[in-house]
Amino acid sequence: MFPFSFEWIWDVGHVVFHGGMWYALSIIGAGMTYCVLKAAIDTKNGKGGGDHH
Amino acid sequence: MDSALIPKGVERCSLKRFLLGQAIVGAVVLWGVYAMILCWMKGLNQTNMNDSFGFALWIWADLAVIAVGGGAFFTGLLRYVIGLKDLKNIINYAVLIGVCCYGSALLILAIDIGQPLRGWFIFWHANVHSMLTEVAFCLSLYMAVLIIEYIPLLLENRQVDKIPFFHNLSHNMHVVMAVFAATGAFLSCFHQGSLGGVSGVLFGRPFAFREGIFIWPWTFFLFTWSAAACGPCFTILVTKITEKITNKKLVKDNVIDLLAKISGWMICSYIIAKTIDTLYWAFVTAPHAGFNVMDFYDDNFWAHGIWILIMEIVICGYIPAIILLREKTRQNQKLLWTAAILATIGICLNRWVLVMQPMSMPVMTFDEWVLYLPSWQEIATTILPIAGGIMVIAFSYRYLPIFPQEQELNPVED
Repeated sequence: MFPFSFEWIWDVGHVVFHGGMWYALSIIGAGMTYCVLKAAIDTKNGKGGGDHH
Repeated sequence: MDSALIPKGVERCSLKRFLLGQAIVGAVVLWGVYAMILCWMKGLNQTNMNDSFGFALWIWADLAVIAVGGGAFFTGLLRYVIGLKDLKNIINYAVLIGVCCYGSALLILAIDIGQPLRGWFIFWHANVHSMLTEVAFCLSLYMAVLIIEYIPLLLENRQVDKIPFFHNLSHNMHVVMAVFAATGAFLSCFHQGSLGGVSGVLFGRPFAFREGIFIWPWTFFLFTWSAAACGPCFTILVTKITEKITNKKLVKDNVIDLLAKISGWMICSYIIAKTIDTLYWAFVTAPHAGFNVMDFYDDNFWAHGIWILIMEIVICGYIPAIILLREKTRQNQKLLWTAAILATIGICLNRWVLVMQPMSMPVMTFDEWVLYLPSWQEIATTILPIAGGIMVIAFSYRYLPIFPQEQELNPVED
């Protein structure tokens, strides 16, 4: 649920529950975006051609 | 035939044998899928749910797999956040077991809600006064974290790893894995706790009701603690079973010993806290609600007798704790097996006691004890994710480098 949904109420329950969920989703989303973008840049720069980390 | 996909330097059984094994387990999966389709097509009348038991056998199965899957978040926390490097040799398997357990939990929930097409309602029309909403949020997000932790393993398959983008992606995910592991630990602490909190806040069910701090009953903390304590034991148990089946040593003894030692201390502290909680409940909370502790146990000894309390706390609590705490007993393989099995049974029994037994006991003066007998559809759909988990583990073991020490422990002669 988003704050602009008609069911949304600005109270502690909604802010804590949904705030927590969006916070965790943001971390997961940002982390994965960073990994994918960096992998694309690394690949473009010729890294990862059979070497092992 | 599939040798190009198998990790380098390790030996696997023939493809024919592997597929035969998968087909046998697959037959069980198909049986479960048939029961699942029945539940979805015909409705929850396929279960033996009644006014006393509104969640069927599934609620116990759900809580039990989530609890034993706790090994993933706790091992991840120890490895990536606290920095115990030795655990890198078992973390992949802990994650894989976690994926299977949490995948099972979500599948069971999808059947239990009866209308999976409306599963998203809990996110959109969330009841922010319910601990189960928190469970749904954290469970779904933690499943996403587990999949993220599993993806690098998939990308390390011999053929996939040859593609530079996937190789780089896997490397980058390893680099930031601590962030995901910390997020996973945070999410796990809350959903494990809230599952316990759901029982603890039931003031109309004095068997389950507990006092606590602020909005959290003691069961909130005990559930998280017990999952962190017994989850690693389940990881050890599955590792040992895998070693037996493959007839190979897959993880060095010092790694298992470290995890067993940590688990031992966790079980010891947990079981002391659980004992204090039980004594306080028996001598303070229950009498204040007008009950004698023996009112909570049925005259039918084998159904809901006092044995279940002794079994949970003494046999499946103190005994594994004592075994795992002492180096000598911990390093004895038979005793290690015993401790891992007892701790796993103990946590499953704890979940049973807190979700099934409160529903069984009479609440009104005219009520009687109710014994729940699940339908075959419930049993089949409970076995389904276990069989599915076995297939996923077998597939992952065959094609992915799950055990970093396998090559060293089992050198292959060319």
